[in-house]
Amino acid sequence: MLYREAGQFKTSYAADQALLPILQDRIGLSLILLVAFVGIPLLATDFFIGSVMIPFLVFSLAAIGLNILTGYAGQLSLGTGAFMGVGAYACYKLTTYFPDINIILLILFSGVFSAAAGVLFGLPSLRIKGLYLAITTLAAQFFLEWCFIRIAWLYNYNDSGAIEVPTRKLLDIAITGASATPVVRYLVIISVVTLMALVAANVLRGRIGRSWMMIRDMDIAAELMGIRPLRAKLSAFAFSSYYCGVAGALMVFMWIGSAEVESFDINHSFLVLFMVIIGGMGSLLGCFLGAAFIWVLPIIIRAVPQLIGLDLLAATTEHLTNIIIGVLIIFFLIVEPHGLARLWQLGKEKLRTWPFPYASN
Amino acid sequence: MTNRTFTALAAALVVASCWIPVAQAQDSLYIPSLTYRTGPFSGGGTPFADGYADYLNMLNERDGGINGVKIIVEECETAYNSQKGVECYEATKDKGALAYSPLSTGITLALVPKAPIDKIPVFSMGYGLSAAAAGEKFPWTFVYPASYWSQMSSILKYIDANDGIRGKKIGFIYLDAAYGLEPIPLLDQLSESMGFTVAKFPVGVKEMQNQSSQWLNVRKESPDWMIMWGWGAMNPTAIREAAKIRFPLDRFIGNWWAGSHNDLKGVGEAGKGYLAANFSGLGQEYPALQDVLAHVVDKGLSKVSAREDVGNVLYNRGLFNAVVLAEAVRIAQDRTGKKVISGADMREGLENIDLSEERLSELGLPGFTGELKGSCADHEGGGSIFIQQWNGSDWEKVTDLIAPMSDIVRPMLEEAAEAYVSDKPDWQSQTCS
Amino acid sequence: MDILHSIFVAPFIDMGAYPDFLLQVIWEGFVAGVLYSLIALGFVLIYKASGVFNFAQGIMVVFAALVLVSLHEMGMPAWVAVLVSVVVMGLLAIGVERFVLRKLVNQHDAILLMATIGLTLVLKGSGQLIFGGEPKPMITRELGLPTGASDWEVFGGVVIFQHIDIAATVVALLMVLALAVFFSKTRIGRALRAVADDHQAALSVGISLHQIWAIVWFAAGIVALVTGIMWGARSEVSFALEIIALKALAVLILGGFTSIPGAIVGGLVIGIGEKLFEVYWGALFGSGVEAWFAYVLALIFLLFRPQGLFGERIIERV
Repeated sequence: MLYREAGQFKTSYAADQALLPILQDRIGLSLILLVAFVGIPLLATDFFIGSVMIPFLVFSLAAIGLNILTGYAGQLSLGTGAFMGVGAYACYKLTTYFPDINIILLILFSGVFSAAAGVLFGLPSLRIKGLYLAITTLAAQFFLEWCFIRIAWLYNYNDSGAIEVPTRKLLDIAITGASATPVVRYLVIISVVTLMALVAANVLRGRIGRSWMMIRDMDIAAELMGIRPLRAKLSAFAFSSYYCGVAGALMVFMWIGSAEVESFDINHSFLVLFMVIIGGMGSLLGCFLGAAFIWVLPIIIRAVPQLIGLDLLAATTEHLTNIIIGVLIIFFLIVEPHGLARLWQLGKEKLRTWPFPYASN
Repeated sequence: MTNRTFTALAAALVVASCWIPVAQAQDSLYIPSLTYRTGPFSGGGTPFADGYADYLNMLNERDGGINGVKIIVEECETAYNSQKGVECYEATKDKGALAYSPLSTGITLALVPKAPIDKIPVFSMGYGLSAAAAGEKFPWTFVYPASYWSQMSSILKYIDANDGIRGKKIGFIYLDAAYGLEPIPLLDQLSESMGFTVAKFPVGVKEMQNQSSQWLNVRKESPDWMIMWGWGAMNPTAIREAAKIRFPLDRFIGNWWAGSHNDLKGVGEAGKGYLAANFSGLGQEYPALQDVLAHVVDKGLSKVSAREDVGNVLYNRGLFNAVVLAEAVRIAQDRTGKKVISGADMREGLENIDLSEERLSELGLPGFTGELKGSCADHEGGGSIFIQQWNGSDWEKVTDLIAPMSDIVRPMLEEAAEAYVSDKPDWQSQTCS
Repeated sequence: MDILHSIFVAPFIDMGAYPDFLLQVIWEGFVAGVLYSLIALGFVLIYKASGVFNFAQGIMVVFAALVLVSLHEMGMPAWVAVLVSVVVMGLLAIGVERFVLRKLVNQHDAILLMATIGLTLVLKGSGQLIFGGEPKPMITRELGLPTGASDWEVFGGVVIFQHIDIAATVVALLMVLALAVFFSKTRIGRALRAVADDHQAALSVGISLHQIWAIVWFAAGIVALVTGIMWGARSEVSFALEIIALKALAVLILGGFTSIPGAIVGGLVIGIGEKLFEVYWGALFGSGVEAWFAYVLALIFLLFRPQGLFGERIIERV
């Protein structure tokens, strides 16, 4: 009833191929974008923008990156953290060499370096599959981590081996560095993420995206049908790492403001992987849902005892968070292996037939 | 669809929790405590957090706060993770936070540039950015009582005093992260001027408990002395490995984060002779610590797991951190005439800190540490450390205070501060005349 | 030329000049390798029987050792604590089988892997919640494990053997022997192998999959406990150990996921290889190469032999 596409006729090829063919989806997405671009900057507190929305968006982008590789192309990767690091360090080097070029362009360009790293470490995927490949991505993770600390040139020979984000301005407003306000940083990030999510949505439903899914579903069959595994797999690695790289650059430049090698350790790879699993493999919407869930849940768990006046140790809540997330991961895998995105889909089905669930359509 | 209800509930909760206006504490002193009682470094984070909280709570219990104003200590768990640290910072700063002591170099580096913007000082006591000792360039950051560079110079002085350093080979084993890399520039500089050679042995964060190859390398290089910049599980493992290759432990010196009871408890007899730097007193025989025992621990208000743990190296270190903060609050109250102070007032308090021997006695901590006197230019204060030795079951102080080589360290600190500021055109400095 | 010299010539001259030191390096690598093998053994047991790639093996090592140490701290005699820890690992195995594995039968590999990652979080959180997160010393003496060291004078130098390392090697050897006997001689062992060969065929001759799974997880739990004791005695019992356990993954690649001899040989190759590489070649790269050597070695190896040293040949059909 609420979600019926009946009566919405497609009268042109363009309409048939639209990204959002259903009116309700278009309205819904516009509302979300309106809230995201106007509502939140106007109404929300700095804490909500700076510590909830910004990390959420950064992780969503990283989750999109990993989901392209794991969810769409079927190549399990545990090296997301390191690819994010490549983007961050590349952006740092670029902005020290070209301080006058707009930082947003540099952030977008830094993903290219991490795409190159992704292709390099994706080469084994041509021979290795599944769990074996997952372990070889650990080689990328640990080798790159080692590079981040051993190659002092990467952090401009900083005494602490850390990178510190300089202040960069756009139209005289600081958008990076400590003096950039959360709202400004938020607006930059949401623009980048919206743009890149749009690109991803289109790539995924296009020829390249479909070739990835064929490789995922059965690589030998795909090969017999004329998909070149070399091109398909490596392009998946490149695309995925590009997204992760941009996410890493955003994380350092727009969110934390400084980074050392520990900011890109294996736990980050796992964190993003959890987001993809819980959100739903092979779903763009799932990336956002998963990121929201994994990032926001601990904040809630931390806030709840305070709200109800319970005095829990900070460490206790941390342990509880671990346990709850672990249990939820297992729970989701058992009950709904396709993640939150699948729940949303089921919900849509319900809405379509509501209030007559047994009526056939 | 129980899942969906749950999701909806969660969504509702987050919205609710994020728009609830932050309760502004008007009549209290709000001091956040970024702790890590979890994760790979919790062994060091826990006693530190206990000492920190217990002293402030003791002031509440014994004196009703500072000059009649209650102190609120709120812990936020960072797990030694920079992202969580920044989140904790953002979550607590609007509640009127007076100062931050994150006990992590990574988090400190993230907070240093934020401090001048939010007007909340960062007090990284003996860690973080060494260059922050230069107060002109870092008005909002304090590294009392000594920076890593000063500490390293004091350790080298100790070695020099024990049958000379010229022509010797010094091995430096360190945690391969921001923290361990920090003293290397000074070590390299001094190796030229003092005439010794350096062999470096990095230990990856993931290899902390798997150090046999580093120590094989030590055996190959056979240095005359070893210096360690370690933390967490790295320390006991290193001491065990040193004993295994029969490296003389009385020529193995840890920095002040590599010489706690937690590090040596498990090693026990095997660690006999191991040396470590320290700047906070040992044991619970100080009147202030007795007050902590009486007013906090015995009343069950402390999180410390055993009564004997009060007085441990890291407990006392955390306590000293709180002592400096409390003293800064008092000074700020005196200077501004206000009871409830702000972060900016706190900065002034920290900058004018003056813990003389006399004042320490008044606070119930006679001889606890060297004299500490800050100024606009000097955010390092004292700089002196002493060396302690493990006797198989406890630490013993074996030297008097060793002053750093300020004549060499200070210009380097200023140079580093200059370099830090150079690529930040709108960095906020201050002039000290 | 200098570079080539320092890669291909100098390290070997070094080795020849101090053969006692070389022996020491190999011994240290051997001991580390034995411990990697033990962790890998836990993985192999579970993978063979249930096709689950148990990512939680590393945290099980920490968890088991932590239970043991904490029980002893609470005043239990050491050997009672060992027994109780074994029981706890048994309960864990039953719990995992009952509440996780049974519900995930027939799911994709990756899903099972992720379930064990979830399990890792649960164990990590509950372990720290119950026993506290700070590192604890292993109760080496109370367990009757030897301390001290022996010297072996050879080639004009000395090689130091820690007694605990020798004990670890002996225990690991006994463990492998016990497992081999268990697999080939007992009824349950034969059932286990049947399950590993073919789940459905095993079911059809009346073997209970649930029971077998619980048993292999229990066996892996005991292996974890032994590993935890040995590694804990070398350093401490702390949650930082978990990451070292990831190295066992590289071992698995080398040895193959399903081969017990493979896990042992792979562990030794990686253990000895990484120590030799770090000590003799590490300085060329700026040290710390141990962090990635195992994985890169495994990666290169995979390119030539994707099924591992002793793995079954992978045949793909459409």
